[in-house]
Amino acid sequence: MTLTQTQTPAILVEGLMKRYGTGGTAVDALKGVDMAVNPGEVVGLIGPSGSGKSTLLKALGAVIEPTGGKITLDGNPVYDHGWKIKDLRALRRDRIGFVFQAPYLIPFLNATDNVALIPMLAGMPDAGARQRALGLLQVLDVGHRAAAQVSELSGGEQQRVSIARALANHPPIILADEPTAPLDSQRALAVMRILNGLAKQYQTAIIVVTHDEKIIPTFKRIYHIRDGKTYEEAGEGRDIG
Amino acid sequence: MINLAGRDIRHHGGRYIFTGLGLGLLIGVTLTMAGVYRGLVDDGKALIDNSGADLWVVQQGTLGPYAEPSALHDDVYRSLRALPGVGETGNVTYQTMQVRHANKDVRVMVAGVEPDAPGAPLYLVSGRPIIRNHYEAVADVKTGFKQGDKIKLRHYEYTVVGITRRMVSSGGDPMLFIPVQDAQEEQFVRDADAIVSDRQRLAQNPRLNPPGVPGVLAAVQENQVSSRSVNAVLVKVAKGYDPKNLAGTVKRWKRLGAYTKDEMTDILVVKMIAVSARQIFMFLVILTVVSAAIIAFIIYTMTIGKIREIAVLKLVGTRNLTLASMIMQEALGLGLIGFMSGKVVATIWAPYFPKYVLLVPQDALSAFAVAMLVSALASLLGIRTALKVDPAEAIGG
Ligand SMILES: Nc1ncnc2c1ncn2[C@@H]1O[C@H](COP(=O)(O)OP(=O)(O)OP(=O)(O)O)[C@@H](O)[C@H]1O
Ligand SMILES: [Mg+2]
Repeated sequence: MTLTQTQTPAILVEGLMKRYGTGGTAVDALKGVDMAVNPGEVVGLIGPSGSGKSTLLKALGAVIEPTGGKITLDGNPVYDHGWKIKDLRALRRDRIGFVFQAPYLIPFLNATDNVALIPMLAGMPDAGARQRALGLLQVLDVGHRAAAQVSELSGGEQQRVSIARALANHPPIILADEPTAPLDSQRALAVMRILNGLAKQYQTAIIVVTHDEKIIPTFKRIYHIRDGKTYEEAGEGRDIG
Repeated sequence: MINLAGRDIRHHGGRYIFTGLGLGLLIGVTLTMAGVYRGLVDDGKALIDNSGADLWVVQQGTLGPYAEPSALHDDVYRSLRALPGVGETGNVTYQTMQVRHANKDVRVMVAGVEPDAPGAPLYLVSGRPIIRNHYEAVADVKTGFKQGDKIKLRHYEYTVVGITRRMVSSGGDPMLFIPVQDAQEEQFVRDADAIVSDRQRLAQNPRLNPPGVPGVLAAVQENQVSSRSVNAVLVKVAKGYDPKNLAGTVKRWKRLGAYTKDEMTDILVVKMIAVSARQIFMFLVILTVVSAAIIAFIIYTMTIGKIREIAVLKLVGTRNLTLASMIMQEALGLGLIGFMSGKVVATIWAPYFPKYVLLVPQDALSAFAVAMLVSALASLLGIRTALKVDPAEAIGG
């Protein structure tokens, strides 16, 4: 499937560059990356170690500054040879959800509050935020563990809570960094099923960085990244229910 | 909004509370040190207030009788009484002695006072004041002496007839009041062997024992053994007269030293305990620094322990201010627990100190302010660490 021209991509990356350091020790991690992801689409980002996957994710997440090129989110320029948005913190909070390799939940908050904290940070009243959190936990099938402390949750439950957290502000974009690495193949596929379902339900654009052979066949579209450049290819798009 | 600090503290539970309690012991020590200082000041003030005098007449050029040795003839009071404005007068002597009682050595300050004159203790806890001119004593409760006890000093034995309180020397020794005539002998009269030996020396001196003039030696010898000195005369100023003016008159006309109550307080409270005060102040400074170091260390460790969570919080859009206030609240919480437990332990252990420890609310208030300030400052290290955390760290390499 290629980009439908009529639709505004949720994520549009053009000629993105990232150079770490300067002079003789400088590393060119991204050498002109092009990429477009539509709302409701889940794409895979795969490549060998050191190819620039995490660098691209960090640039999209506005936690490192690119050194060239353009990032456009929902038609709004975010980076164009310099940041176009003053409050990157608010951008991350309101428009991007993050899922990590490990859940990285806040250990002193229970499952609900780990999720509810995110809308609260955006100014939502506590009751509303908790209600939304409960709803998301139910969607992710961990509603029954809503009151549990992080230490009382299983690894898979923690990962689902962390996905609920990524969704908490209804972001149009989710960036997932090796979300299935520590999981067995059944659980890994379950996570992919959840992500696909969410993409469909909320029209979220999702980029999944992965090495994981178990989930690669689930993508309809894949970006290969090699030596700082992306190559688009069609995936198997295997149906996982 | 969730109170992150409160949740984190609850999550750390015991470790946090115990650290706060440990800090409390330190703050308790700090409060006690301040109390020791207040006690010193209060002892000095009590000594002056409870003497019932307005004016201290002492040897010219001395800061006596508490700060420096001072000696006056015991008939000076007669000429003082002739001055307008002098109400009552009282001869007093002060001498620190070791007294053996009930198989224990007790250091006391023996005060020779005239019954019912300035210098005698104003308030008794029990018993009665000294009414006879000999062999009766009133003891401060801290001497441990009881009413009816017989106390042997150098020459005579005294019966304790009354107990007073808050009468201690500037050195912290409790006071034992005895009649001034007895005290003069205890203080100035030497023992028989010394007198005999002195008499022999005098007899051998041709200038004091000139041949053919027999009266001279006898007169000199009598002069040597008599006890005609006191350390000070305490004066109660008559109504309508200004102690300051009277002090001026005494100094000018009588060639004596004279101090008003305020001046005496200055000598006893400010000058005499100045070094002790600085000593205590040093302790306070060190204790404050140590407390700050502990808070800083604990808060820093707690922060280091959640670097990953902080990176995630930053990544998902938490304000730096929110993170800083979380860490500062945790530090202030430690300071608060520390202060409260410190106040409690200081109150519990203060009465067991041998010297007077006076805990005043004002000191507790300052300690509270300092504890909060120090906690806030100590949290800066942790806050700096948290603010330096890169949100990119939340996304793996
Ligand atoms: N902070 C940095 N400073 C300097 N060089 C960096 C930095 N981060 C990454 N690099 C380099 O940039 C290149 C791309 O790194 P990146 O982390 O994006 O790779 P990756 O595709 O995520 O690899 P992996 O699959 O091992 O996680 C690598 O050569 C890496 O050494
Ligand atoms: Mg990586």
